[in-house]
Amino acid sequence: MIPEIGHFALILALSLAICQGVMPLLGAHRGDDALMAVARPAARGHCVFVIIAFACLAWSFLSDDFSVLYVANHSQLALPDVYKFSAVWGAHEGSLLLWILILSVWTVAVGRYSRSMPESFSARVLGVLGLLSCGFMLFTLLTSNPFERYLPAPQDGADLNPLLQDPGLAIHPPILYTGYVGFSVAFAFAVAAMLSGHLDRRWARWTRPWTTWAWLFLTVGIALGSWWAYYELGWGGWWFWDPVENASFMPWLAGTALIHSLAVTEKRGLFKSWTLLLAISAFSLSLLGTFLVRSGILVSVHAFATDPARGLFILAFLGIVIGGALALYAWRAPALDSDAGFKPLSRETFLLLNNVLLVIAATLILFGTLAPLIADVMKAGKISVGAPWFEIAFAIPMLPLLLLIGVGMHTAWRSQDWPVLAAQLKMPALFAIIAGLALPALVYGRFGGLVTVGAIAAFWIMAVALIQPLRSLRRPPGTPAITRAALGMSIAHLGVGFFVLGVSIVQAFNVEEDLRMTPGQSVEVAGFTFELRELRNLQGPNFQALEGEVEIRKNGKYIGELRPQKRTYLVQQSPMTEAGILASLNRDLFVALGDPLGDGAWSVRVQYKPMIRLIWLGALIMALGGLLAASDRRYQFAKGAVKSTEKSALGEKVA
Amino acid sequence: MSRFLIPLVLVAVMIPVFVIGLNRDPSEIPSPLLMKPAPEFELPSLKDPGQNVGSANYEGRLALLNVWATWCVGCRQEHDYLLRLANETDIPLYGLNWRDRREDAVSWLQQLGDPYVASAYDEDGRVGIDWGVYGAPETFLINAEGVVLYKHISPLTEEVWQKEFQPRILAEKGIIE
Repeated sequence: MIPEIGHFALILALSLAICQGVMPLLGAHRGDDALMAVARPAARGHCVFVIIAFACLAWSFLSDDFSVLYVANHSQLALPDVYKFSAVWGAHEGSLLLWILILSVWTVAVGRYSRSMPESFSARVLGVLGLLSCGFMLFTLLTSNPFERYLPAPQDGADLNPLLQDPGLAIHPPILYTGYVGFSVAFAFAVAAMLSGHLDRRWARWTRPWTTWAWLFLTVGIALGSWWAYYELGWGGWWFWDPVENASFMPWLAGTALIHSLAVTEKRGLFKSWTLLLAISAFSLSLLGTFLVRSGILVSVHAFATDPARGLFILAFLGIVIGGALALYAWRAPALDSDAGFKPLSRETFLLLNNVLLVIAATLILFGTLAPLIADVMKAGKISVGAPWFEIAFAIPMLPLLLLIGVGMHTAWRSQDWPVLAAQLKMPALFAIIAGLALPALVYGRFGGLVTVGAIAAFWIMAVALIQPLRSLRRPPGTPAITRAALGMSIAHLGVGFFVLGVSIVQAFNVEEDLRMTPGQSVEVAGFTFELRELRNLQGPNFQALEGEVEIRKNGKYIGELRPQKRTYLVQQSPMTEAGILASLNRDLFVALGDPLGDGAWSVRVQYKPMIRLIWLGALIMALGGLLAASDRRYQFAKGAVKSTEKSALGEKVA
Repeated sequence: MSRFLIPLVLVAVMIPVFVIGLNRDPSEIPSPLLMKPAPEFELPSLKDPGQNVGSANYEGRLALLNVWATWCVGCRQEHDYLLRLANETDIPLYGLNWRDRREDAVSWLQQLGDPYVASAYDEDGRVGIDWGVYGAPETFLINAEGVVLYKHISPLTEEVWQKEFQPRILAEKGIIE
């Protein structure tokens, strides 16, 4: 009964989404207030029914209703309750439902915080979001119904994929999807602007906080995914350039470019058509990622069950959404371009360079991801594009970008006087060069080309990011403090610095050894002594494990103990590696059990990973910067506050 | 106007590529050997270095050749199935122990059981290159004339056996009988 309620609720949600998609758009076109007024109530109702559908599926999981096919395939009696709940989005059908849920929550939020915008504009935005939701709900109901019954019900389920039975992966998809789906708001704003034919600086100010919110969720989501891959896949890598990782990284790059381009559009009314194109691209790349993952068109460790009907449906949807938006763009964008000028040395120039470099990076990754597919279709043979290619292709546009960040951040709008800027940046540059040369040599006792360049770039970004906040701290009394948005920008860039430092150090000084060990044996890796004290069998709720006890000493002093596990999940009979990790800010010690080698010996992978934590810490700091910037007072749409800024915003032509 | 059309054109070009790509199986790697005579080989036996194991062992009959190694996780996964398969089928299963250490491989077979009629020991991987081995595990189906009828990459499972190997075996036997 409960699953049928869920199914029915989803159909009702679809009906409301159709109302939300069609009527406000029609109303905005005709100037009919009554039709436009449908948008908000329809969005709220649509959201309520999606929540009911989602709750019904969750209930089916928690009550072990194996008469539901999706539950029978992805759960099991002995599965801990937390994972029964996260199993809701553990596979294709349920993760689509999660996507729809998040989209409807974003839509309600947009409805709530868009009251200060013109009615016709918010009606168009909500209408576009409604149409997107229709597409996803039709996809779910027609090809991937999570409520499908399976009778007679089996006694027990087939269990959740053991890879997903992990706290990191339980929360990774919701956060990642919140980011992905969040870009649909920027997309809807762009389409609404093109439909109306008006795009002014107010538009950019409305779009900015939504984009930043989506971006910060995506940042955290990607960081979580990388962290999960690091400790769960058992190889100790943190990024694999897998098609699915690329699928989340390309929208991130486009979204980052969009945030910067929006800044120019808001402050100076420039780059309008470019900003529109980026808003379309960020969401299109999110959709493309979904298509690549769900259709099984590319081989990936993340690929869900593949089904050509699903692939065709998403492709058709993709074609309509992206093709439609780009056709609208080709029609409307030419009229929106503005010709206000700026000097070569100005913030506009640097933000333009930022955009060009980010877009080049995203394009190269897109090319590398699709190249195997293109080669196959052109009958040019099977090729695979691996991490070395991506690393070089990505580093080429990124290195100049990292060096330019520091200059761009302190350059004024319109025109900047070079001697003033040079005087300001002299000290940070000197600090960066000294620290960048000293750190690898003094701490790790070794020079290296790439690590030195990376460390200099990292220290450079950190130093320039702190100029503004430090100046605000030491400001004379009575002068205004740094705004929250500017502080957010500084913090986010500081995060980039941490991230770059972590990547440079771990790539250069990482030690990785595959060893054969028997209990009682010790090995020395990177100055640490690892002793495998014993191996014992363990019984988990739904798995059996072999656990090693590894004691770590440095110069005879006890540092810690690790318990890496090799698990076998009983239902799926699949082996899983649970690495033992001794984490600290300056280094991780990582031990993973491999395979039995006979005579009681095991292959053991021991790794020393200096500063790897900075990679995820850097990403979190970036997200924190985004949080500060997005919550700046300037973007709060309280009714009274808007009136006062309205005038200055409309004074765009003068500026 | 025209430069604003570029993104649309790019997408319009990519969509047919996706449509064609959808109908391809990305994990399918064509073997240059398919339906061609398999290379002949002769290598020392894994268990007894004094003896030789090679294509002569299965000449004139339908046979399976499984490429494996102790360092390969997929080989460990398929091992239990290979043991069962060796019991169930009358087709001889030969092993090609590929780029491995002899003592590791021998103790692996002692511990886990030996599904193979015999395993050849390809220490430096030369025979693997001749056979176009892409990555272990791989399983070749070779007919009495020494022609490769099918090649499966990745662990062998019951499902793959039923779907890909059985029909080819039956067709082959039909011709012979």
